[in-house]
Amino acid sequence: MLENLFVGIADWLRSLLGGLGTPVEINEAIVMLVKLVAILVFILINALWLVYMERKVAAYMQARIGPNRVGPKGLLQTTADIGKLISKEIVIPGKADKVVFLLAPVLIFVPTLMVFAVIPFGKNMAAIDMNIGVFYLLAIASLSTLFFWMGGWASNSKYSLIGSMRVVAQMVSYELPLVLGLLGVIMIAGSLKMSDIIAAQEHTWFIFTQPIAFLIYFTAAVAETNRCPFDLVEGESEIIAGPYTEYGGMAFAMFFLAEYANIMVICAMATIMFLGGWHAPFGLDFIPSWVWFFLKMYALIFVVMQLRWTYPRIRVDQLMGFSWKVLVPLALANIFITGIGMKIYQAIGW
Amino acid sequence: MSDWAGVFIFLVVAIIFGAGGIVTAFIIQPRRNNPVKLEEYECGLPTVGPTWVQFRTSYFLYALLFVIFDVETIYLYPWAVKFQSLGLFAFIEMIIFIFILVVGLWYAWKEGALEWK
Repeated sequence: MLENLFVGIADWLRSLLGGLGTPVEINEAIVMLVKLVAILVFILINALWLVYMERKVAAYMQARIGPNRVGPKGLLQTTADIGKLISKEIVIPGKADKVVFLLAPVLIFVPTLMVFAVIPFGKNMAAIDMNIGVFYLLAIASLSTLFFWMGGWASNSKYSLIGSMRVVAQMVSYELPLVLGLLGVIMIAGSLKMSDIIAAQEHTWFIFTQPIAFLIYFTAAVAETNRCPFDLVEGESEIIAGPYTEYGGMAFAMFFLAEYANIMVICAMATIMFLGGWHAPFGLDFIPSWVWFFLKMYALIFVVMQLRWTYPRIRVDQLMGFSWKVLVPLALANIFITGIGMKIYQAIGW
Repeated sequence: MSDWAGVFIFLVVAIIFGAGGIVTAFIIQPRRNNPVKLEEYECGLPTVGPTWVQFRTSYFLYALLFVIFDVETIYLYPWAVKFQSLGLFAFIEMIIFIFILVVGLWYAWKEGALEWK
């Protein structure tokens, strides 16, 4: 019953629309729109919760209480923050390129929402189960570099320019280990379709067969989202807030929404590629698949948050060197070893 | 409905969502500007010189390297998908392909393109 809750709702909606006699394409488009709205609501609620969680985790790691005034246990704090941000003035600096300055926060959320289309939240619960799902996700996700750069350049402020230069250099450098790290998994799964990759992990999660790939992917993914210890992009103590320096109000909120949604994307992706997606561990099948997906994703998000409050920010030369001199050669070696290992297994009859 | 029609719906709604947020903020926000407020934020000090300047080239080197290696990964993906059904020949060929790129990386490393200056 609970297992098929969301799939059942989609089927019920489809049969309901089928009774109306409208063309099938329009019905499918409406179902897609409903799925999209559900994903959007999911992202918004989770982003609100993640900001709260981040502050609480930070507080407990520093022996503080954290937000506790608005609502029970401070739960409505982030909702109040959004209310404040939306009513604040978006100050456009006089020297800024006004069109591009406003276009950047409008578009920053686009790649993030688009990659959510292919993420399977549970059994048969991807909005679009595309046959090149992984490739699509990586291609679209890397677009966000462009919008950070647009915002930083258009601000016409030196902090923004330095910050956006760093965004481009960092995201471009860590794109490679991220993409190369996932190759080992793709070689074993033999498909780019998310559902096939998860199905291939029914017995063994890929984190056990590809542990190096997991570490490469996760490190690179944390760097891709500009999170600590790779947060030179918005290093508060040196360049204020990097590309967001000149942004305020809702424009700033859009950047932050995209950042937290991106954390969800990388953790969901790690869950799909390495932690068996929605498969239940230890045969605990009575808990619905989407609950497992959610739990795994949140466990990884907690790790990401913990990293932020555990490690200091690294230097820029260390940052670039680590990607090009450690992660990229390691990822190439991982592909090589995976290939040889698979050929040996095939030779001895796997 | 094809996959890409769904992607198109996502694209359109994402743009509407982003634009909607900013437009809503513009409708309900107060607007009081003065020249001091519209200056760029630089810890209160006036900016010296233009901001849109030519930037250091080390960023450009990383971008060049990225383009080379990203094209490589595009070739690697179809190979990885079909890896199990392809024979040993394709595997050895891909090893040669990766080897050439590793030589490229080694050369860039040796020439100091990976050093942050």
